[in-house]
Amino acid sequence: MRKVYGSLVAVDGLELEVGRGEFFGLLGPNGAGKSTTIGMLTTTVFPTGGRAFVSGLDVRRQAAEVKRQIGVVSQANTLDRALTVWENLYYHGRFFGVSRAKASLRADELLEQFALTERADAMVLQLSGGLAQRLMIARALVHEPQVLFLDEPTSGIDPQTRINLWRILRDLQEQGQTTLLTTHYMEEADALCERIAIIDHGKALAVGSPAELKQRHGDETLLTVTVEGDTTRLAERAERLDGVTAVEREGATVRVRTTASGGVLAQLMQAAGELGLPVRDATSLPPSLETVFLNLTGREYRE
Amino acid sequence: MSAELKTFAALLARDVRVLRRNFGQFLTRTIMQPLLFVFVFAYVFPKIGQGFHGGPRGVSFTTVLVPGLIAVAINFQGIQAVALPLVQEFSVSKEIEDRVLAPVPVWAVGLEKIVAGAMQSLIAAGVVFPIVYLVHAHGAAPSVHVHDPALFAFALLFSSLLAAALGLFIGTVLDPRKVTLLFAVVVLPLTFLGCVYYPWADLTPILWLKVLVLFNPLVYMTEGLRTSLTPELPHMAIWASMLALLGGSLALALVSLHTFTRRVVT
Repeated sequence: MRKVYGSLVAVDGLELEVGRGEFFGLLGPNGAGKSTTIGMLTTTVFPTGGRAFVSGLDVRRQAAEVKRQIGVVSQANTLDRALTVWENLYYHGRFFGVSRAKASLRADELLEQFALTERADAMVLQLSGGLAQRLMIARALVHEPQVLFLDEPTSGIDPQTRINLWRILRDLQEQGQTTLLTTHYMEEADALCERIAIIDHGKALAVGSPAELKQRHGDETLLTVTVEGDTTRLAERAERLDGVTAVEREGATVRVRTTASGGVLAQLMQAAGELGLPVRDATSLPPSLETVFLNLTGREYRE
Repeated sequence: MSAELKTFAALLARDVRVLRRNFGQFLTRTIMQPLLFVFVFAYVFPKIGQGFHGGPRGVSFTTVLVPGLIAVAINFQGIQAVALPLVQEFSVSKEIEDRVLAPVPVWAVGLEKIVAGAMQSLIAAGVVFPIVYLVHAHGAAPSVHVHDPALFAFALLFSSLLAAALGLFIGTVLDPRKVTLLFAVVVLPLTFLGCVYYPWADLTPILWLKVLVLFNPLVYMTEGLRTSLTPELPHMAIWASMLALLGGSLALALVSLHTFTRRVVT
């Protein structure tokens, strides 16, 4: 798929396939094209080029049919302010052709499942951010969609609420709900997704399970040692150590990338001692999705 | 019923639910302006012997006012009921992002807004009619009869659709930061230059104005209602007002559905 806004290429030939029942993550920095991709798959962004199918339906030519198959939780709070919590679920079901009795039942069930029953008659403006987020997810499930889209569902909410939401999302995953999640939280993708695509500048840089990605792209451990004094000679010594692939100096800090599983940090500290440099700080960041992500997308600051 | 029609009906049902919940507010904003207007001009003025002793050709001013104020209620309600919530939904609440995910083509979501707005305009007309008919000083009663029910129904229906389509158009093109200008720049000029307080035919002495107001949709609403309610007053030819209401509703609906779709699908 491809989407161009004027001179900005938001999505640049992205190719993806998500299987039925899969919990799939789109991971990327801000502006990578995640939301535009979700927009095209959910028919609110018209693709400039390429094709995409949801449940075998063409998102360009069969937009209304595609909408019937999907549930969407967008980044913004799009709850209906003029309706109560219960009515938000009930009328959503009605929009999707669910009968009165069934919509009413689904609304009750989902309020129960998402621990919102007590707030059933509240107007949505009275809900806290976390409760509103829960209600948005519940609403997207009323009509039992084939595919659930979650666009950064946990950005800007507090850690307790996030952990609570993860529990809900994990339940969905266990129930076999096909889900496409976007996030820029590495630990979220790691905790929830069966497969992940790391995307940047509108392209998929890597696709695979979290374990595969770590093995393929994150096999380097990042060590940092901060000392008092000149780091020139320490950096020279670091370069000669076994398994070291890159050394950077920045002020009083030496950054070392290594594929060796252990011992390099100890050797570095020893070298610093031999050079008479008191060590202020030393850290070791083992392979993680974070290192995969940073290896693939670079370190420069994104707006 | 087809799946699309079911969705359309459910969207309408949601709007009816909201209208029922806010009906007090709806009544207040519908009634206040025409009630105060007839109270001052049809009751207070004749009582204190000030101004407006009869409209043109010996017809009382209240007779001029009845179709005019009904048309204002229709126009005001159509714009208010469609444009204002839409501006909110586009800027602050983002609710529209979810509403357009209802399983119908995007234009159908816009069309539902026109139908819901027209419905509110019709209710407003029904609420305002008895007020402007009944509130007046002794001897200042309006002379109003529904001479041709079909013509009256046609004028009411298409005035309401025109007003709601105008509301959708304004709601999709108005910059949310300028919403406070809506009344000063759109609603007030439309109202005061909408042949509400004077029949269009009587504008002949100010010919440039008579021509200029033909761009004002409210003129066709007032003249259409005048044709069917107070035919003894001079009014625009039936074919002209009815054609303008019909053609204007269809054209503005098409244009506004286009601007609506352009706005929500990027």
